Formats: sequence, structure tokens, C-alpha cells
Amino acid sequence: MLHLGLFFTGVGSQLVWTADDFASHTHIDTFVATVQTLERGLFDAFFLGEGLRVRENRGRIYDLDVAGRPDAITELAALAAETTHIGLVATQNTTYNFPADLARRLASLDHISGGRAGWNVVTTDNAWTGENFRYGGWLPHERRYERATQFVSAAKAMWAGSSIDRHTDLLAVTAPPTVPARPVIFQAGDSPGGRDLAARHADAVFSANTDFDKALAYAADLRSRLASYGRPPDAVRILPGASVVLGDTAAEAAEKAAWIQREQINGPRAIAFLEQYWGKDLSGYDPDGPLPDIEPAEGELDPSRGTISIEHRTGKLDRIAGWRKLGLSIRDLVIEVTPRHNSFVGTPGRIADEWARYLAAGAVDGFNILPQLLPGTIEDIVDRLVPELQERGIYRTSYEGTTLREHLDLP
Amino acid sequence: MTLHLALELGDAGAETARAAEAAGFVLVTLGDSPGGPGIEAGVRAAHLSRRTSRIGLAPTLHVTTTEPFHLATQLASLDHASLGRAAWVVGADNSAAALATVGGTPLGDDELRQEIADVITVARQLWDSWEDDAVIRDVATGRFLDADRVHHVNFTGARFGVTGPLITPRPPQGHPVVLGADTLGVTGLLDIALIAATDLDEIIERTGRARAHGVRLVFADLDLVVFEALRTRLDGVVDGVRLNAAGPTTQPPPGGRTLREALGLPRPANQFAGAR
Repeated sequence: MLHLGLFFTGVGSQLVWTADDFASHTHIDTFVATVQTLERGLFDAFFLGEGLRVRENRGRIYDLDVAGRPDAITELAALAAETTHIGLVATQNTTYNFPADLARRLASLDHISGGRAGWNVVTTDNAWTGENFRYGGWLPHERRYERATQFVSAAKAMWAGSSIDRHTDLLAVTAPPTVPARPVIFQAGDSPGGRDLAARHADAVFSANTDFDKALAYAADLRSRLASYGRPPDAVRILPGASVVLGDTAAEAAEKAAWIQREQINGPRAIAFLEQYWGKDLSGYDPDGPLPDIEPAEGELDPSRGTISIEHRTGKLDRIAGWRKLGLSIRDLVIEVTPRHNSFVGTPGRIADEWARYLAAGAVDGFNILPQLLPGTIEDIVDRLVPELQERGIYRTSYEGTTLREHLDLP
Repeated sequence: MTLHLALELGDAGAETARAAEAAGFVLVTLGDSPGGPGIEAGVRAAHLSRRTSRIGLAPTLHVTTTEPFHLATQLASLDHASLGRAAWVVGADNSAAALATVGGTPLGDDELRQEIADVITVARQLWDSWEDDAVIRDVATGRFLDADRVHHVNFTGARFGVTGPLITPRPPQGHPVVLGADTLGVTGLLDIALIAATDLDEIIERTGRARAHGVRLVFADLDLVVFEALRTRLDGVVDGVRLNAAGPTTQPPPGGRTLREALGLPRPANQFAGAR
């Protein structure tokens, strides 16, 4: 059985805001309409991203992408009152939260939603983000998953009815148990530390490995890690992130996907992307012209956009030298090098066949979809793709249970 | 001028909140303590926001055991979800048990007062860190935001700092309504001072002091028996009463108003807007 989630990130270039009918992505009415449509489509879960700092570009608020999002648990608690079945998953970091407070808020969400809460466990590594918090920048990058593991373990103990009294060099908490609760634990990180946290504590993973071969390899890796923690190979649901563009014909879908991509990486965004690497004002360059002929500023990339992974924060001069060899325009280069979750582009029937192949091979248990058009993406999937999946017998035709654990077939 | 009525919800749920709404109460407060046995107040309030339509929702969030940034985000989000009905009862649990939940120890009196003042001040700054019209969606230039209308707050308090801006756009009310006991020592930073006393002369005296600090509204914090005894003499002394049990009724407020409108409180001007 295929499982579907929708990941509502609320920031970034993924979500196209230029369409005439764009619905405010922060208004409660948009959230209510979205989750109710997903519930009509029998989705397993609705995920909210977490915001810790508004993105910047060269010290200024980054103004080109959608921005602004609610506190995830607060929003999901409101949405719990508007829905009856769909899982409600909050992305929450273990670096800039207090374990007792977060464990209690998650337990509260699980309780008031009747067992529909999930926690997408993430870590945060940079001091720039930490400037909004009491203990900004205190945690070394390489130890962030150590704290995450201790944090999740403390939360699970409180949910199971235990008082906790834990004092290590990474965590200090003395607290009573919460209301009884069992939020589903999701894990999204792809580093070895993240994969180990998943193998040890997670019920499901939201991986970035969407290409078929990568998805297969990831699933095999995760299963071997599960074995080393004494867990069965099917203990964790694997739901890679994916975007979906549907059309009546393959050509129509491809045309729409190309339009979305040109919107996602428009001229101003392409320039802003390069400014991160150059560390200089490039606003005088034509996005459809060649790469800037000036030399980049000294120093490595700053993480203030929140979009550059740690392995890409060093070696920028080599990277720029490689880009020059490609001979592309600024915009085409940025389209070429921007990491994307794999897009499934085609007719509903074709994508349903593709997903059936992933499922049969054991590469995935489902997908976590990143919307690009609001409205648009969700309605397309619910009204056109879901029936094709049902016809192939790989998707539910009604909710059988009421909790997120039941939807995901987890113990 | 009739008294505003507020109700401490205690362990009661949505039915009681709806009954209070129908009986004309202007807001419900949701008491809580760090590590408390029940549902966390902010989560309860958010859930109630979609089970009620007119009444204000005031969870107790404690400044001693939370990240100020998260606290401000949660309350702004409650205001968005409730279309302008959010309020905050400033909690300052300074017990050893409360502080142990964050690996800390109780603060001294002066330190606590400063901490309360710092958290309220930074919360108000963060609620102003987006101007009301910061989202411009200008397709021609590709700009979603007007970056000049989203501000760093660069707050430095005694025990923490916050750079900002908030991740959440400015709440519908500008600021959620801030309530707190007059004994916290920060009365001038509140919208509504809560005065817990049973003696009319004491209420009159403390109300006068609270008003002298510049607070706009004063609510007496009473149990129902005391309220019934004092009711006719409170008019003109305080602006409202918070009760620990429902009993009286008043004219139900019309729908479609924010809590600030219901209370006659102005929508705060943005403290950063003039700085441009």
C-alpha cells in the first residue's frame, strides 16, 4: 500500500507565487482548505515545516521567495479541529528547543487530535539561526545528532509515563511525564548521523532519495542499519520527497513543468543565487547573459539563506571554475545546478505505473509531496492521480483507522 | 459601561468555552504550568480557536521556561488561526520544579522582573518586525516581500538576545492582548492588569496604582462568590472581571470583531514602521 504525505514548507523557491490565483500561504483559510482536500484524497499526513529565521541574502532580508509561516504545532492544533483522520506532522528541531516543553506540546497535539500527531525530527547547525535563541550556536555541528538522539529518547520516556532526570553535557532536563501519547517519529536528515537516528528511533523517514536507483540503495542501507539496532527490516516507512506535475498528455505535462521551473528560477532569483557564491552585488548582470566576469569575494559562503548544505559551504572557487566551463547563461546554469526533489512529470496513469514500480521493488513506501502551485498541485493529485492509484490497488479507498500510526501500518 | 467578563477555563473544554461565548464573556484564560499534567495551554487555545468564533483565547505561557522567539511565534500564530482573538496571560513560574524542566534554577526577584520585562518587550518587537503591508507580491520585479518592511529587532536583554525578524507575518491584531498580574512588577508593559484581591478598598487602591503605570485596562481576578457580593460596586472601578467559574451572563458580543475591538483597545502602531 502506497502512503502519501504533503510537505507544506512555506518558504523557498519551490512554491510559485506569481500565478493569478495564488492563495495566501499563511492564511488559516488556505491551510483549512488544503488539509480538507488532502483528507478527501485519503492522505496519510500533512507536514508543516519549521521556521527559525527569515532567510537573507548578503545581510538583507531575502525578498524573492514566499516567506512567513506559522508555528507548526499551533497551526496543526487548529487544523486538528477541522479534520478527523489525516495525520498532522510538525517539523521541530532538537537544537533550539527545550526537551520537556517540546515533548509536552507534541503530546498535547497527539492527545487533542486523537492520535494523529507526528514529529519530523530535524537538527540545526548554524550559529546564524541560533541568534534568535537563548543558546545560539552552542552545539558543534558534529554533535547535533547526539543531542537529537538524547532529546528523542527523553521525549519518548515522558510520553510513556516516566518522569525524567537526565543531565549530560548536551542536555539537562528534570520533568514529569506528559499526557500519554505516541507521536509518529519522522526523520529527514541524510547524513550518516541522521540515518542512524532514523534506524534507532524513527517510525518513518522523509528522505531526499527519490530517483529509483538511489531510493533502492537508500532502502537497503536503512534496512541494514535497522538490523544493527535489532529492529525488523519493515520497521520504518520510507517516504521520499517528490514533486508532481500532471497533464492530459506527456507533452502537456512537460510544458507545464518547464513553465514551473522558469518561474522557480526567474532572472532575479538566478542573480541572487550567484550573489551568494560571489559575495558581491551582481544586480547589473543580465540573467540570460554569461556568468559574471568579475572575481568572487574572498571567504566561504555564508549560510544565511538557510539553503546551502554544509558540504557545499567550502570549495566555492573550484565550484565556480567548474561552472564557467559549462558555458551556460546565468539562469540556465542555476536551473542546472539547483538541487531539486525529483519531479514526476506526466499523465496520471503514467505516474501511477511508475509509483507502482517503486512500491513493488521495495524502494519506497510512498511519497511526501512538495506542492508547487497553491491551489493546483493538491487538487490535481487528489482528483486525478489518486483514482489511478486506487484502480491499480495500491492506494486505500477509505481510511481504515483513525490514528496516524494506523494509517502508516505501524505498531 | 458594563464590565467585561473573562473566564478561567480550568480543566473545562470546548463546550464550556462556547457556553461562555454565548453568555457574552469576552475571553477565556487557560491556566497552565511548566510540565503541568494536562494539555499545554497554547495547543489547547489553538484547538479552541476553531471550536469558537467570537471569544478571546488567552493561554498562559511562562517566560521562565520558553524560548522568547518560539513564544512570540506561537502567539502570533494563534492570532492568525483565530482571526484576531489571541491573548497571552504572562506566566512567570519561578519554582525549582519549573526551572528544572529547562535545566535551570530559580531567578532572584530583580532578575525575574527583568526577565519578564525582557520577554514581553521582545515579543512586542517581534510582532512588529513585519509591517502590515510587508507582503507585496510584485510580479513585475519578482519581489514577494518588501525587504524594507521586514525588520531585524536586534534585542539584547539581560539574559538573552534575539536578532529577528519573526518568521510569522504581523498578527491581525498587531499584538495579541497581553494580560498579567499587577504583582509581576511590569504593569506598564501589559494591556490588561489582573488584580487578585477580595477586598474592595484594596482593589480600588491597586487599580489606581496600575492605571498610574499606564495600563489601559484593569480586570479584578475574583471567584464567583466574591464577584456576586461586589458586583454593583465594581462598575466604574475596574474594566472587567476574571472569574474562575461561569455564572453571570451579559450581552453576547457581535461576531466578526477582534479581541482588541471587543475590549475597546487600539491596534498598536508598528514601532518599526516610523523608522524607515
